[in-house]
Parts: sequence; structure tokens; C-alpha cells
Amino acid sequence: MSGHPLLEIKDLYVQFNVYGGALKVLDGVNIEVHPGEKVGLVGETGAGKTTTMKAVLHVLPEPAAQITGGEILFDGQDILKMVPSQLKQIRGKGIAMIFQDPTLALNPVFTVGEQMSAVVQYSMEAGRNLTKREVRERSITTLKEVSLADPERLLGNYPIQLSGGMRQRICIAMALAARPKLLIADEPGTSLDVTIQDQVLRLLDELVEKRNTAIILITHSLGVVRERTDRVYVMYAGNIVENAPTTQLYSRSFHPYTQGLMAAVPKLTGGGVSDGIPGRMPAYLNPPQGCRFSPRCPRVMEICRGEKPMLREASPGHQVACFLYPRGNELEINTKWNVSSGG
Amino acid sequence: MGAFLEAIDLKKYFVIGHEGTVHRTPVTVKAVDGVSFTLQQGETFGLVGESGSGKSTIAYTIIGMYQPTAGSLLFHDLDLFGKGKTRPLALRKQIQIVFQDPGSSLNPRQTIRQILELPLRLHRSSSDLLTEVVRLLELVDLPPAYLYKYPYMLSGGEKQIVAIARALATSPSLIILDEPTSALDVSVQGKIINLLLRLQRELDLSYLFITHDLSLMRNVASRVAIMYLGKVCEIAEMSEFFTHPQHPYTQMLLSSIPVVTEEEERAKPVKVISTGEIPSPVNVPPGCSFHMRCPRAMEICQRVDPAMVSLGEGHTVRCHLFEQSQ
Repeated sequence: MSGHPLLEIKDLYVQFNVYGGALKVLDGVNIEVHPGEKVGLVGETGAGKTTTMKAVLHVLPEPAAQITGGEILFDGQDILKMVPSQLKQIRGKGIAMIFQDPTLALNPVFTVGEQMSAVVQYSMEAGRNLTKREVRERSITTLKEVSLADPERLLGNYPIQLSGGMRQRICIAMALAARPKLLIADEPGTSLDVTIQDQVLRLLDELVEKRNTAIILITHSLGVVRERTDRVYVMYAGNIVENAPTTQLYSRSFHPYTQGLMAAVPKLTGGGVSDGIPGRMPAYLNPPQGCRFSPRCPRVMEICRGEKPMLREASPGHQVACFLYPRGNELEINTKWNVSSGG
Repeated sequence: MGAFLEAIDLKKYFVIGHEGTVHRTPVTVKAVDGVSFTLQQGETFGLVGESGSGKSTIAYTIIGMYQPTAGSLLFHDLDLFGKGKTRPLALRKQIQIVFQDPGSSLNPRQTIRQILELPLRLHRSSSDLLTEVVRLLELVDLPPAYLYKYPYMLSGGEKQIVAIARALATSPSLIILDEPTSALDVSVQGKIINLLLRLQRELDLSYLFITHDLSLMRNVASRVAIMYLGKVCEIAEMSEFFTHPQHPYTQMLLSSIPVVTEEEERAKPVKVISTGEIPSPVNVPPGCSFHMRCPRAMEICQRVDPAMVSLGEGHTVRCHLFEQSQ
């Protein structure tokens, strides 16, 4: 893509210092997000998706968590070098985040109106305090934007009085109130039911498109990513193993892990369930040398155990971190994953 | 011979509080409100629905954790709740359950051996306990070295395999699988599912498979029932269900599933845009509980709760659209 990126994560290393050593979680993560782009970050539980995004917002639980290398450029400025007052300018107005569980994201002892007013007040230009009436009006328009019916009544409600879908839409409204340039959505539909998830994701889609907001959609669902994003980053054990335009990744993926993951998703057309990928994600206390996927990889080679594969272009715009593809522009090598027919 | 398991107009209401100061009227949640279905021997019967639709309540009622408010459950023509007596041990042995989260369904302070021995002791297994436990581990492809491990030493998938072995300990004929893989990652899910399918073939088990993942359901079940707010809205054979979904809610559900291939995209029914909120189960709207979200709602739907209508071979739907056409 042309132009300079809105967010650029360069070679990010994060470790958590715990009793007994250091958990080397992020191991050189590279992600680029351009203005208005919809990016998906997929990976299984514990792959480091949320840790990466927390690093972007600079909300990692320091000093236990330690950023040991790399930089995070937002609009050309390094977030990691910012002082608290600069960070305050970035959070909310530059980057906003929506969390997985709207029930935990909202404070149960304050009404929606009280929680909204803090956000609305903050989202305005500095220097002028809004009157109570203005705050209320702004809150109502903000809620209307996420197509919530009867916003006047909602302002007086406590989160417990609302359904999960409504709570998540309130979180979206709050996140977008300050018109951020980048929205990070961490599993925004996972705690909701399928039909409600569809509603929420569709709404999110419309809103970011209308405002040209860039979005990073973090999820473990390959299906959601396919429908909602332009580019996908696949994460495994603290590494980006593959990144490609969405349509390209779903028509041909290069990395054995991505292929295994695709095969493991049960298909609506039937045909049985794949046995999945043998083994489990390595412990971060003592991760494997070389490629972190090598202990589970059916195509593992000598080099994989000693050297870490770097992300390199396998075909235009499609990067993969795997020694199976040493040359660049080439054909994908399909790893056969065992599928037993059931049903 | 009658059905293997039959639910007839099963109801389970929970009283969650009281209203009024003088006349205290109970506030009830109709978790399961008149559900009927049959389960044949050796089949996998799928129960699908969004959270709060009553799937787990049905499961817990079948294993006897809850007493139904009304209706009956027949197992081999035998009423599971006959005369309010406690269920005989021989009958309990026949029906076992695997819970959703193996992290909380296994006792963290017991070894795998202790966990697997408990059901054997309760049901007075005649053979040597240790040999029996080792046999159970073999059955689920776990090495005997796991005997003295604690649950925290196992991965999520392995814990669920132990939970499955525990359910098998009493050699049951029916196993209720309450979202057995939804706490696990996709790459692990397949292994558990294929293990369950193998065990079903080898041991002639019948499964009541509860999930909210329709793509998974497509690959394991032979028949499916869709639930919405405590009621069943559609029951059909698996292939029929995915090719000719009839209830507007089923169509909405199927067309909302995010899929990973073009081929699947084509297999989905025409997009039914999902609108509205799921009503609170405490305050279910009158008439059909789905009418507020239904794109084809008619006037009658607001007043009258539709009855189950048969559309032919094993396919029943609960919707006014089909009552009229008859």
C-alpha cells in the first residue's frame, strides 16, 4: 500500500519477568496498519495477540512486563518513548480499544450516562468544559450512531439492565466517541451469540468505513477475519508467521501452521473434522530454539531447529516466516493434514 | 420398542425472586418450556441454540441434577422421574455427562487415578480398580504415565480427554456432551471430536451433543434441534437441516455463521439480516418468542404461540408460516 503507515510495529520483543525466569512472549513482531485499513490478527489462545495490542496502548503491567526491543510508531512517533501526557493524547483520540467482554469493560455501579459523560467530556477539545446539558446531548448522539434505540432511557440504565449486544454497542460508541484514527477490537463478538455477533460486527464495519478509521480486529475465528478484513496477520507463539491480503490467504496459504489451522476449522459443507495440529503451543519460559512451530511441524527440517525464520516475501504482498520458501515468488507447498470423515 | 430417550413436553422453571410487597408473586424464568424430542440408539442428536436458550438445562435435567417442573423424560420407556424417588444407581450409570470446561470439572487436588476411580467405586465395579483405570486411559489413547498426574499438569485438550474417560467409567449407553470443545482451540478441537466419534463406533454410544457451533454440528450430528428461549423451533435430519432450513430463526442463524471457504459461502442460505435483541428469558414476549426479530412476522405471531408442525419425514417446525399452508 502507498503512503506511510498509521501504525508500525517494528521488531517488538516483550517479556514477562516471573518467578523462575523470563517468559519471552513476543519474539520480534512486525505489523503495519495503513490509514483506513482493516487488519485482522488471528491466532490461538496464548499466541500473544492481546499482549501486542496492550504494548501498542502502553498498558502492559510494568514492571513485570518488559519491552526488551523494537519500536511502535504511531503517525511516525514512537509510543514507547512517550511521556504520560503525550500518551494521554494518543489514547482515545489516536487509538481506542474495544474489549472482548463488554460486561467487564463497563463499570457495574455507574449508569451508562455517567460512564459516557466522562468519555464525551474527554473527547472534546481541551480547555473547555461542557455543560451538563451539552454532555447529555452529545452522549445521546453518540449512542444513536451505534443504532441503539431509545438512548435517553439508556443513559439512566445500569449495565446489568442491558443485553450483551447492547453493552458491546455502548463500548463501541465510547471507543469511537473521540473519533480515533485507529480502533483495536479485541474479540468484539466472541462473548456474544452468532446472530448478535453478526449484528455487532456489521455495525463496526459500517462505522469504521464511514469515518475511514483503521481497525485491527483480533480474533481466533478465521471465519470472522475472512468476512471483515483486508489483510490478515497470523500469529503463533509470539511470532507473526504469515501475513497476506485476506482473499489471497484464504485461497492459498503458505505456512504449515496456517494450513493446519484452516484444515482444523469444521466446514459447514461437512466432510469430517481434521485431527488438528498435534502437540501444543510451547511454554514461553523455555521456547524452542529456531522456529517456534518446529516441534509441531510435519515438514520440519534441520535448519528449523537451529535458526529462526524471518518473514520474507513469498509472492507479492504475501509474507511468510518459513524455511520451506527460501527464494521468494514461488508455489505453495501443501502440508497434508489428516482429516477423518465423521458424522 | 419405544425410543431410546424421549422428552415429552418437558418444562423446567426457576423461581429467581419475588415481586410485590403484600401479595408475593414469584418471578420465574422459563428455562425450558415444553420441549419434546426423541433420541434414537446409536445416534448423535445435536442441540443448538444461543446462550440462555435452555440447552444446558435440558442436559442437567436428563442426568438428574434438576427435577422437571412438568412433562416427562422416558429412557427405554422408563420414566426417569417416576414417583419422585431418587434415581436407581443402575439407571444413573447409563447416562453420563462431559462438561464444557474441563478446568473446573476435574478436581484440582486429585490425581487422574483418583478422578477415574471415583465413578468405579460408586458403581461398585467388580474388577480390580487399577486395571480398570488403566483400561480407561487406553481407551482414550492416554499412556498409563498419566495415572499420577494432576489436572494442572495437563493441557486443556488432555483434561477434556480425562473427563471423557471419567464419563466412560460406568460404561454408559448415553453420554451428554455439553459444549465439549468450546473451551478449546480449533487445532485441539478436532482431536477430541474424532476421539468421540471413534468411541461412539466402538462402544455403541448415543450422544446428546450440545453446541452453539453449527459448522461443528454439521460434521458430527445425525439430527439437530434448534432452540430459542426455552423452546425448540425446528428439528430435522442433518442434511435436510442444512439444505432446507425452514424456520426464519434457523435461516438467520445459518446465514450469520462466519465461514472460511467460498464453497461454504455458497452452501449458506440467502442472507437474513439479523436484527433486534434477544429478549430476556424472564420477560418473554407473548405469542411466538421470536416475532420481534422475525423478518416474516405476521399479526398472529404477536398473540398466539405457534404449535409444532410436521413437514414430512422427521422434520418439524414451530412457526405460523407453516400452519397456514396446511
